[in-house]
Amino acid sequence: MSADGGPVASPEEGTGASATKQPRHIWRIAAIWLILAVIGDVLFYTLVGPHVPPGTMTESADDNQFDFNVLFIIALPVLIGVWTYMAYSLITWRASRKGVPDPVGGPEARTNLGVQVGWIVTTTIIVLGLFTFGTVRLITGNGSGGGQGPNPIWSPTSAHILPVQVIGQQWKFTYRYPTFGGFETSQLILPVDTTIEFHVTSLDVIHSFWAYQLSVKADANPQQDNVAFTETKETGNVTVRCNELCGIWHGAMFNYGKVVSKDAFESWATNTEQLTAANTKLLPPYALTYVPDANGAPGLYYPDNVDPYSNSELYGATPGKPTPAG
Amino acid sequence: MSFGGRLSVVLGLLIVVIGFAVWGVVGFLLPQPATVNFTAAAPGAPIDMTVQTVPAIGFGFQPVWVSYLVKNQQGQWIHSTIWQLPAHTRINVTIDQYDSGSPLRNQNWGRVQGTLGGQATYNGKEFSTYNSYSDNGVGHTFTVPALNLNVPLVGVSGNATNPCGGAPCTTNFDHNAMKFSFVTPGAGSYSWQCFVPCGGGYLFGNGGPMATLGYMGGFLKVVA
Repeated sequence: MSADGGPVASPEEGTGASATKQPRHIWRIAAIWLILAVIGDVLFYTLVGPHVPPGTMTESADDNQFDFNVLFIIALPVLIGVWTYMAYSLITWRASRKGVPDPVGGPEARTNLGVQVGWIVTTTIIVLGLFTFGTVRLITGNGSGGGQGPNPIWSPTSAHILPVQVIGQQWKFTYRYPTFGGFETSQLILPVDTTIEFHVTSLDVIHSFWAYQLSVKADANPQQDNVAFTETKETGNVTVRCNELCGIWHGAMFNYGKVVSKDAFESWATNTEQLTAANTKLLPPYALTYVPDANGAPGLYYPDNVDPYSNSELYGATPGKPTPAG
Repeated sequence: MSFGGRLSVVLGLLIVVIGFAVWGVVGFLLPQPATVNFTAAAPGAPIDMTVQTVPAIGFGFQPVWVSYLVKNQQGQWIHSTIWQLPAHTRINVTIDQYDSGSPLRNQNWGRVQGTLGGQATYNGKEFSTYNSYSDNGVGHTFTVPALNLNVPLVGVSGNATNPCGGAPCTTNFDHNAMKFSFVTPGAGSYSWQCFVPCGGGYLFGNGGPMATLGYMGGFLKVVA
């Protein structure tokens, strides 16, 4: 291929009297690609885009859907470009078509500055552009629904945040609502138009809390508080699955939750708080990590039988002993 | 040794290794507890189920493992945790609990959930929450996560004078009778399990009998 995109004639053809002027193939390919890419992107965004997972139930889901659409819209022209070039080549440079010089390829392409610069610049722009886009979206989306560990660096500014603790255990998720007396339940119910702060932890092995429609996914590690944010926008059903292979019944570790109106949530939460009051008294006080057996299980029965509220015991120090100065 | 001889030895050893691997995998995958059928009763009529939990099954390939057993409709005790039930039917369950107890790792499982009336009875006494840090603690739970059904099974005293040593246990041995009722949902397969990590000697107590079908977990096969 010549610098202007047309095929380079072989020396024999270039100097021969029979050499014919070739059309500028690269411009033809580019024109076909551009038309198909625009049509493809517009069709994709309008017809498929609104249905791309994970939907729009929460702010992070909506953000993720938009991000996926952007990725598709960038990837689709690349795919169309490859297919266009392949189809054009098959038709134009097919063996049965005599007298058409082959395009530059193989070792001869190494010296073609246009091909090299075009390739490097295009791929660099795409990769760095996506890197920048992804980073900005992660920051502006407060972690984009992903677990940020115990000290999140991107937090929502909302004044009203509902904390919900997610407790993974073989093989079920349970949920604690600290603003309602710390009751624990197997149901995940959330109010609409509310910023939710999930505190994800585990009682035993590593699980992963994946609330698909909320676009929240955070690992549940024992004695760790993994914080993830989202803001609910629509009511509806939520599917929660464990997304980390956690033992024989991992496949059965799922449940369904709901995003409901604020009034319905308030009613459910206060009713559940009353209904579970007797049991809530027996639970350990709400803490960011959950070691329930600290309430009095005899030693040696559970390997993690430590008081979660005494860091000194966790780290092997003697409780109550002041640290020597210096 | 000639090339042919060496090749024969290598191929022979390979066949032996493959044979052992196939035998191991098939042997692991094939055994399945029998499905115990409770659908023979008249349509819509409540079904009475009697179940027991024993500290040691006493037979089979792991005789010391803790296990559930169920009494079939012919009155025989069956070592199975796969129970076929009719849909939308009241099930009256009696669980005779012969094992000792301990505090729960998560006291949430000390709350009766998903039963009719949100209640269960413990030796004839109604309760909705059991403090697992009191008395003998909780031995096991009967929990169907998909149905949000949970009943704690109160433990027998560790100082019991007449403990049951092997299944099936008769009610002459020290035990706690737990009773509750629930209504089956639509057709489907619903996993159930014990939420007390009672697989002693395994990681977090959730291996061994907790991770083997037929012991401390199984399926409710609900059919239309």
